[in-house]
Amino acid sequence: MSRGRLVAAVLLALLLVTPSVPMGGMRQYVLHVAIQIFIWSFIGQAWSLMGRFGLVSLGHGAFLGVGAYTSALLWNFYSLTPWIGALLAVGAAVALAVVLGIPCFRFRVIGHYFGLVTLAVGEVVRLLIIAERDWTGGSLGLTLKTAGSDWSVYAIQFADKRVFYYASLAFFLAGLWIWDRVDRSMARSALEAIGEDETAAASVGIRVTRFKLGITVASAGLTALGGVLYAQYISYVNPDTLSGIGVSLKIVFAVVLGGMYSLMGPLVGTALTTALSEGLRIAFGLKLLGMAETIYGLLLIIFIIFLPSGIYGSIRDALRRRSLDPRISA
Amino acid sequence: MLELSGVTAGYGHFTALWEVTLRIAEGEAVAVVGPNGAGKTTLLRVVSGLIAPRSGRIIFEGEDLAGHPAHDIVAHGIAHVPEGRRLFPALTVADNLRMGAFLPAARSRYRESLERVYTLFPVLAERRGQRAGSMSGGEQQMLAIGRALMSQPKIILLDEPSLGLAPVMVLRVFDLIRRVREEGYTILVVEQNVRQVLRLVDRAYLLEVGRIKTEGRAAELAEQDFVRQAYLGV
Amino acid sequence: MDPIFLAEAAINGILLGGVLALLALGLNLIFGVLDIVWIAYVDLVMLCMYAVYFLSVVYGWPIWAAGLVSLAAGALLGVAVHLLIISPILTSAPINQLLATGGLLFFLQSAATFLWTTDHRSVRLSLPSFEIAGIFLPATRIIPFVISIVAVIALYVFLTRTYIGTAIRAVSQDREAMSLMGASPQRIYIVTSAVGGLMAGLAAALLVFQYSVHPFFGGQFGPLTFMICVLGGLGNMVGAFIASFIMSEVIAIGGVVISTEMGYVIAFVIFIVMMFVRPGGILAKRE
Repeated sequence: MSRGRLVAAVLLALLLVTPSVPMGGMRQYVLHVAIQIFIWSFIGQAWSLMGRFGLVSLGHGAFLGVGAYTSALLWNFYSLTPWIGALLAVGAAVALAVVLGIPCFRFRVIGHYFGLVTLAVGEVVRLLIIAERDWTGGSLGLTLKTAGSDWSVYAIQFADKRVFYYASLAFFLAGLWIWDRVDRSMARSALEAIGEDETAAASVGIRVTRFKLGITVASAGLTALGGVLYAQYISYVNPDTLSGIGVSLKIVFAVVLGGMYSLMGPLVGTALTTALSEGLRIAFGLKLLGMAETIYGLLLIIFIIFLPSGIYGSIRDALRRRSLDPRISA
Repeated sequence: MLELSGVTAGYGHFTALWEVTLRIAEGEAVAVVGPNGAGKTTLLRVVSGLIAPRSGRIIFEGEDLAGHPAHDIVAHGIAHVPEGRRLFPALTVADNLRMGAFLPAARSRYRESLERVYTLFPVLAERRGQRAGSMSGGEQQMLAIGRALMSQPKIILLDEPSLGLAPVMVLRVFDLIRRVREEGYTILVVEQNVRQVLRLVDRAYLLEVGRIKTEGRAAELAEQDFVRQAYLGV
Repeated sequence: MDPIFLAEAAINGILLGGVLALLALGLNLIFGVLDIVWIAYVDLVMLCMYAVYFLSVVYGWPIWAAGLVSLAAGALLGVAVHLLIISPILTSAPINQLLATGGLLFFLQSAATFLWTTDHRSVRLSLPSFEIAGIFLPATRIIPFVISIVAVIALYVFLTRTYIGTAIRAVSQDREAMSLMGASPQRIYIVTSAVGGLMAGLAAALLVFQYSVHPFFGGQFGPLTFMICVLGGLGNMVGAFIASFIMSEVIAIGGVVISTEMGYVIAFVIFIVMMFVRPGGILAKRE
């Protein structure tokens, strides 16, 4: 087995046994943080499928919100199992992606313009949720109605965090696999060509709109799935945590911080931002309201300016330069 | 007046110019000709500061300007009429000319320069309120040259002035460049239309794949062999 | 529905549109020249609104003096943002540029929360209300409208008649060519950022007439401003002006006919529909 594979296998084994390791009362908290990291990394990975090809969406909150609220509302009002609810949620997000993607891509809406359009859509979803407060609960959010037991597969509600731990880990690994498949596919070269020079790509026969739409749909669907999973875990949906500028930017920050073009980038970035915000929250608590977020924002600006390829990317570049430098022996 | 010495420049990993050396004396009109992709446009962009050379010197009136930003090089007296004219399409003829006199030194002599341009190019005076984007190719070229004159230059760089123009307009444009030259400006023109440009200039350089291959007096070079070389890159 | 209410709403829509136009034009001006969208633009407005609040309510300055400070503060903030954040990332990938101003949004909103809590602060101005044919027109709406229209005209004159204004327009049409005219791009960027910031400062001074300020004010008006800009065609000043009034009318009339929130929702739905029909903006030419 190659060294990389060995390391990966060991890490995986560690992750699998983690919930059983004695942690002296910290287990619930550790699992909670781990679940958050896995779910948001999964969502970040989904976002990066678009981001790495130059399709910078600042409105993925729209897909998150549509996904989470679709399955949550169907469960609360029609007792429809989230298993089916999730499928419908993905369908809804995909529909939204298609409906937005077609005009945008056909008319070459790219770059800042595209970012702004997606940002607006993310906000529209948020405002719609708030406006329809009679059935969505508005800005107070919506609690998923309880299934009445500690363990309901039908309702995807489990009191035991370990279930969600393994579920989110599975999702995370699936996300890695999908990212890797895209990375190795013909679609990747096509999308990179499109990202570099759309006209040139089209002139070589690449179906630009089709590819862009395809990756957008994939990204949207996976994001929606992540939203459903999160909603089921927290048992609560809220328009500010699952739609709007705030969450959209948070997703993008985490991925760019970690490194948009690398497989593990989203994980590194999400882990770091989660650690950062948890750490700041513990340090400041409610004493200095807003101080934690202020430092968070400031650090993000500094990182963007000084570490454009993200942390993971910068470290990797630095290591690569070292290995290419003939003066340094391996 | 202007001397390039060992200039190497390019874009990213690609090198477009290799160790280019050339010289222009005050009052001269010099052409750089060569086939497509030879690096002629890159050459002018390096002189005017839009691209920084990787190595070499660009000495203008005794000062090395290599690596200086474009707006600084203009202040030294080098005006560049770029490939494709690059006018401000939504601005009027008058506004385009106004923009040409951005430099403080040029702005204080604005009226004078404007009069001179309008005398040289009466068509521009007629159409001073017209949007630059709506003019014909030949008129745009006139405006581009006029705009360059507004900066009170000592030397004018012209990038492919005949590009995209009908043959009749090409003759007119070269005629105008000749008139500009007669006003006393030093000219460096980069051209594909070898025959026409050789009638205009004193000397010419042949640039091929980024290197200077030949140089000589225009009259001597206007022989069949050289022309064939330049057109076909043979 | 009493036609008086509709007429009143329609007029209020126009009055609101004036101030929205300031925001949209400021954002577009900067984008047109720099090719960068300041996602945190309305948060700069928020800061200036706090300045007006503190000066007039806490320190007792007359409102017009506080307003002038707001203008100056806006211009200074504009230049500061450009020098500290935009300048370093001028050549970065678009995503990094968007994230930098997005990060600024985070930073400003949380800093404001930390400094001044989430309490809403309002500058209470007691101004008369006029009645014309049964329609109530409060001075708190008329004055900002008039001032904003004057400002738009002033901007127009600045961009078309003054030298630096024409230079700004030239740079937005061809940046490289302008540097060949001897214009240092940095200088033009700074002036543009100052003007954009000035407009934000002015918008802030006018918005305090009607709205209270709180750290998340940007969340209220930011997305609306972006939508107006996209609707009018990003970078298109005339389009932004028209789009401001379209959106404000829809919001005003929808607000009266159904509900305030639905007014916004309808406006945004119209925005999305327009994205299908004319993604390049309402004034874009059909390809």
